[in-house]
Amino acid sequence: MSRPEYTAPPEIFYNDDESTKYTQNTRVQQIQAAMTLRALELLNIPQGQHILDIGCGSGLSGEILTEEGHYWVGMDISASMLGNALDREVEGDLFLADMGAGVPFRAGTFDAAISISAIQWLGNADSSHSNPRHRLQRFFQTLYASLKRGGKAVCQFYPTGQKQLDMILEAAKVTGFGGGVVIDNADSKKNKKYYLVLAAGEGEEGL
Amino acid sequence: MKFLTTNFVQCAVQSCARSSDAFPLKYSECQLVQKEIDFDPEFIAHMLQKLDWDALVEVAAELGNSSLPPQKPTIEDAQAAENEQLLRDLHSLLLETQIEQGVMTCKNCGHLYHIKNFIPNFLLPPHLA
Ligand SMILES: [Zn+2]
Repeated sequence: MSRPEYTAPPEIFYNDDESTKYTQNTRVQQIQAAMTLRALELLNIPQGQHILDIGCGSGLSGEILTEEGHYWVGMDISASMLGNALDREVEGDLFLADMGAGVPFRAGTFDAAISISAIQWLGNADSSHSNPRHRLQRFFQTLYASLKRGGKAVCQFYPTGQKQLDMILEAAKVTGFGGGVVIDNADSKKNKKYYLVLAAGEGEEGL
Repeated sequence: MKFLTTNFVQCAVQSCARSSDAFPLKYSECQLVQKEIDFDPEFIAHMLQKLDWDALVEVAAELGNSSLPPQKPTIEDAQAAENEQLLRDLHSLLLETQIEQGVMTCKNCGHLYHIKNFIPNFLLPPHLA
């Protein structure tokens, strides 16, 4: 099976058909839910926080944020995914935006950020004018600024290889983020999951 | 988009990030709706600390609400009875008041961001991204 991020940019891959299929797929829903809960566990934050969901898609992760008592703003580059989120009447605010062009929120907006299965898109199969390194840098810089000091971000993603993993980690560190990668089910080829766990500046608790 | 978010979103153009004119955006041609949301006094008190009050007063006025006090109120105890009315008013303004349609303009570069169906479009043309 070819990976979607090699076939077309996300706003083209997730057209109306694909986003409906994706959103209604029970297995996808279960995996998304499990990964969102794991990301929240890694964030380890109190209830009622203001959270950014990067690559929120149709709001599958957002619904869990709401259930857990949080308030969220989601951004996604796919208008059809956001249309699905709207139809399902999710509680969060939805932004049609490209994470590679930056997070358009002022300093200290969010207490935390999560991202489920999205950041591997930064730097693959994209339009010819984009430079993955530049987009990653812009993303992490603006994400860092939009978080409160000590705020954490957890990004679950599917690296396309060691090279991309290194590139993503380096871009995050250059920006000033502390943290690293947590790998769940490291021995299982099928269930291996990568979580980039980042902290913006000094927090009360270390990683 | 919730009214609350007007207090955080800024122009996405890279060269505007350092300008004090990129925030808040200017709101025009807005259609507002009220949506009922559960009242959570702790969250409102939490967000009150983050609010840029001058920007809140400015944007509220653009959208036709000139009833906000000029200074940010302080709330120490979100559960205290004397704070309930204020927190309920803020809840109604910040979370329940939502922009269904409208235009946001950057006061620095003039870029227009359109809100349709509650969703702001922040996709930039390639030469601005
Ligand atoms: Zn601007």
